[in-house]
Amino acid sequence: MAAAFHQRIQEALLDERLQTALYAATGRLMDKRKSGVTAQQCPDYQELRAHAHLIKRHTMENLDYYLELLARKVEEHGGKVAWCRDAGEVQTFVGTLAKERGIRVAVKSKSMLSEEVALNEALERYGVEPVETDLGEFIIQLAGERPFHILAPAMHKTRQQVADLFQEKLGGKREEEIEKQTRIARTVLRRRFLEAGLGISGANFLIAESGAVVVVENEGNARLATSCPPVHVAVAGIEKVIPRAADLALFLPLLGRSATGQPLTSYTSFLSGPRRAGDLDGPEEFYLVLVDNGRSRILADREKRQTLYCIRCGACLNICPVFRKIGGHSYPGTYSGPIGAILTPQALGISHEPELPFASSLCGACAEVCPVKIDIPKILLELRSEVRKTETRERRWNFEKLGFGVWAWLMRRPRLFELVGTAMLELLPAAGPLLKPWTEWRDFPHPPPKTFRQLWRARKAGA
Amino acid sequence: MPARVSLFVTCLVDQLFPQVGLAMTEVLERLGYAVDFPEAQTCCGQPAFNSGFRGEARAVGRHFLSVFGSADYIVCPSGSCTSMVRHHYGEIFHKDAEALAAATQVGPRVFEFSEFLLEVAGREDVGACWNGTVTYHDPCHALRELNIREQPRRLLRQVRGLELREMDIAEECCGFGGTFSVKFGDVSSAMLATKIAAIRRTGAQAVVSSDASCLMQLRGGLTRAGLGVRALHLAEVLAAA
Repeated sequence: MAAAFHQRIQEALLDERLQTALYAATGRLMDKRKSGVTAQQCPDYQELRAHAHLIKRHTMENLDYYLELLARKVEEHGGKVAWCRDAGEVQTFVGTLAKERGIRVAVKSKSMLSEEVALNEALERYGVEPVETDLGEFIIQLAGERPFHILAPAMHKTRQQVADLFQEKLGGKREEEIEKQTRIARTVLRRRFLEAGLGISGANFLIAESGAVVVVENEGNARLATSCPPVHVAVAGIEKVIPRAADLALFLPLLGRSATGQPLTSYTSFLSGPRRAGDLDGPEEFYLVLVDNGRSRILADREKRQTLYCIRCGACLNICPVFRKIGGHSYPGTYSGPIGAILTPQALGISHEPELPFASSLCGACAEVCPVKIDIPKILLELRSEVRKTETRERRWNFEKLGFGVWAWLMRRPRLFELVGTAMLELLPAAGPLLKPWTEWRDFPHPPPKTFRQLWRARKAGA
Repeated sequence: MPARVSLFVTCLVDQLFPQVGLAMTEVLERLGYAVDFPEAQTCCGQPAFNSGFRGEARAVGRHFLSVFGSADYIVCPSGSCTSMVRHHYGEIFHKDAEALAAATQVGPRVFEFSEFLLEVAGREDVGACWNGTVTYHDPCHALRELNIREQPRRLLRQVRGLELREMDIAEECCGFGGTFSVKFGDVSSAMLATKIAAIRRTGAQAVVSSDASCLMQLRGGLTRAGLGVRALHLAEVLAAA
């Protein structure tokens, strides 16, 4: 597992085209965010963050109440609620629903949750063709890949690569201009919207007091996907609920500004149940699928439950110097970047990829930009400690554990530490192979002739 | 009687960069402080804490507290080690009332070097002279855990003969990250390469920082690339007169 993780990282680092595209694309998003949260643009940005954090905390601490309220409100609007414990239950529910209605095509707006539960693969097994309609998702679906970034799934692709992909998969003229590429996708997708029997969306927020599903987007595809087909299924993690519509006054600008620097995304849809008598459009049937899939386990931990506050803006990915080198496909699990590094081990278990919490320099840039103030470095440290506890429990010994044991023993014995330290400095020139993990990449400092404490003593003796 | 300052030079400076400890002493004495070096000091425990070995970190942390328990001021050439004592001891000792009480006492008396000069000594001009152009690299923990951004820059601007030329990504990590630098050496060095490119773009003769661990990474990369840019600790620049 660990070997595969390192392998993927190495491949990403060696891919020069990817390195250029990745650093530039994350840099652009970072700059957009930066200009969106300036004191002029958003004077109360820090207060908004602090308040949003508190609302999320309150909601998570009363999640049972808000989920029941939400479900009741959705049903009052004529919608139905499905509670799914895991990926399998989501797959079965949506698959069966489609099959029973003889649905052959499902149009989808962007949903990370549907990636998490592998909904597309499941739909295909039920004879339903899933069609991604967000431009980035459309691109990666054609390429047969998984999202590279939670916000910009095709971030790693240059327009030249997209031109090749479109020509190969869709035929027609090769177009390198982004506007022309968008037009191609639009033409293909318009037909799919009209023939689809099912529209699947995610949810950015679920409003408990009104039962509305809130979806934000910039392309208009989510609006089409949720209003054209006769059936709309919204799939959402249980942590998406917020108490009141008024709370959106905090969350919408925080999300837009942190993601792309926009004070508000181009479209914000409030979807409340099926079409009512007199409505001009909207689906005939509406389902809200509420998904746990490991979330209650995360919720059970007082410290780490803040992981669930995430509103998926992607800011932590864009600013993360590690993500900006290794990219989204190196990470195990659906979610990449700093948020993925804390979410995946909690949702899938720490043993899924024990190296993941260690793949960080702990620089803290992620926590600095998080719109809901998730203390990601702190959670990474907690997870590292849990990896060690698991090793001890399973009686797995390694050189690192042994080394730190000896080190801690030595560090409480200053005289011995000095002796060993001095001896090691003298042995350093001969320790070549041991230093290789460092010297493979950069020079090791020349050992000084004397340690500081030796110099200090000499200085004192001289004075 | 001048105020007493105890140096916590950190294990890294003691073993590999003793000149940084001497430079700190030089500056503090110039400002009239009586400087002492408690010889029983070793490490703050952060390497173990960051690697997930909390028991080992606690053992070393208790030793630190016993050595520095009675110090008036503790001055440290690293924001990372300062933050370990000031912020993270609270986390690792939450079940050890005695150590927690000691950490609560000691925490507010530990200062990162530049922080001490400006906030305690109240000195922006320490009478230093260094001819040339430098750029400043923000160590992550000094910047984000201690909010040290302006202090080192204000000190550098007062150095006679020195021009401070900012790089575009001063706040981006150099890639060190403790054991991260060897566990993920390839990623660490890719981050380093980006940083070094930014340092080069400034045309500065030296990159100055306030944490010896970043400097070990930066210097290792600069010399490996055969570049003549020096990597200096802030104390070394301020000691030059």
